[in-house]
Amino acid sequence: MRGLSGGDGTIARPFDKDARQGLLLVSPPAIYALLLLAAPLAAIFLFSFWTQDFLDIDTTLTLDNYREAFSEPLYRELMVRSVIIAGAVTVVTVVLAFPIAYYVSFHVEPSRKALWIFLITIPFWTSYLIRVFLWRVILGFDGVINSALQGVGIIDEPLTFILYNANAVVITLAHAFAPFAILPIFVALERIDRSLLEASHDLGETHVTTFLRVTLPLAMPGVVGAVLIVFIPTIGDYVTPRLVGGPEGLMIANMIQTQFLRLNDAPMGATLAVIAMAIVTAISLVFIFLNRRWLRGRS
Amino acid sequence: MSARWLTIYAVAYLVFLYAPIILLPLFAFNQSTIIAFPLTGFTTEWFRELTEIEALHDALRTSLFIAVMTAIFSTLLGICAARAATRYRFPLKGGIMGLIMLPLVLPEIIVAVSLLVVAVQLLGLSLSSWTVIAAHTLICTPFCIAILNSAFGNLDASLEEAAIDLGETRASTFRLIVLPLVAPGIISSLLISFTISLDEFIIAFFLTGNDPTLPVYIWGLFRFPQRVPVVMALGTLLVLASICLLILAEYFRRRGVARAGKQDSGGFL
Repeated sequence: MRGLSGGDGTIARPFDKDARQGLLLVSPPAIYALLLLAAPLAAIFLFSFWTQDFLDIDTTLTLDNYREAFSEPLYRELMVRSVIIAGAVTVVTVVLAFPIAYYVSFHVEPSRKALWIFLITIPFWTSYLIRVFLWRVILGFDGVINSALQGVGIIDEPLTFILYNANAVVITLAHAFAPFAILPIFVALERIDRSLLEASHDLGETHVTTFLRVTLPLAMPGVVGAVLIVFIPTIGDYVTPRLVGGPEGLMIANMIQTQFLRLNDAPMGATLAVIAMAIVTAISLVFIFLNRRWLRGRS
Repeated sequence: MSARWLTIYAVAYLVFLYAPIILLPLFAFNQSTIIAFPLTGFTTEWFRELTEIEALHDALRTSLFIAVMTAIFSTLLGICAARAATRYRFPLKGGIMGLIMLPLVLPEIIVAVSLLVVAVQLLGLSLSSWTVIAAHTLICTPFCIAILNSAFGNLDASLEEAAIDLGETRASTFRLIVLPLVAPGIISSLLISFTISLDEFIIAFFLTGNDPTLPVYIWGLFRFPQRVPVVMALGTLLVLASICLLILAEYFRRRGVARAGKQDSGGFL
């Protein structure tokens, strides 16, 4: 993630020896990304203006798909629901993750921090598909939570609001994206100069006000990173909605998948993908902008 | 006081994180074909069945092939990018590195459908293991770069200068000085990209041809309830394998940090 903040803006002599060697070295991965990422993204954008004509694709440029996408209630509902679910997942994940990052950064001995981070990342790397499936077992009608609560006698009837709906999708995705939220916040907290906190205490701030006025603003870049890295990919998940979401929890990615693989209407699928990306990008930009204003307003 | 509450919270959070993984072996050794409590009895039947399903072995072979190829390609591309990013200044550095790192934040389904459109609709290629390898290489490269960046970033540039002063060429300096020092990072990068590729489903489901990868095969099994215990047994083995791979990767990453004489800052990313 550190690589995202690449250049430092000092382009004094554009093509000296250093620059040539650097460009030569970076060109294989850059060309790969151009051919397999930038070009396909451009292709899908172009595709979204074409239409499916039974077995053939009509290549006249038209806005028909977009018109259909915005007028068809089903698409609109899926889109709105996806944004709401992704937003809920982001809030839950980041709010749950912050105390963990804080704990590891401020309360764990330096020699054991790497072990904690390692423990947090392990579940993330292990069979995604089976992990999602197991949430069905945990949340299900005769699942872990219901049998435990019934065994203890807290409830008489199994809880049904935790599986095959949006709640289940939020819980499962919050679990899947946990390390993605913890790591950027942890890195930001690690960078905070501890003497600033001491200075704040010496100047009469309490623990709570120090946290609110020093730690939190300085940790904000990490929080922003966490929000974006959870929010954006969440929109594109179709496995979790399919396995634990039920009909009420399906998201736009399920529809994109259906358009491509079942209905064989690739242009419509492309249109939905472009719209989803546009919405996600717009929300992310607004979020970054609001955060900048907030941080600037404080100083 | 607040430190104690945080500790309790942290432990509870770890339980939340590990809950599915802890359940996996319970059901893998459970007699009932229904994946629910209460458990009915101990059996190794599901593991025995694993050894008999031919299609599953094919899927495993396909996945291993794809994962090995992905690990090699993405680590090679990662070495180029990480070396360029840490050692050189060049125009448009931020933009170029941003493009290469983009798959990290892009929804996977976008990568999947855009490559599907290009491969099938525009180029008329047929889907095969190679289309999956191409896509996996794309999404694994940013992870490799993240690992290799710290490996190359920890290098002391004066060592290279000393080698060149002593008459080595740039190429031989790279081979004799740089490579041995970043080797642990390279191994760690190979292992991580291997693990990601082996486990990846969303993209593989779109791009796999007639030979399904292991996750795609598992997805198919979910439709047959009586097959699910076998999936649990398989999942147990997969989790064990990935934990071993990750411990190895972490070991090499730490050795790399120690070799460069730096303080460990923790974590892969």
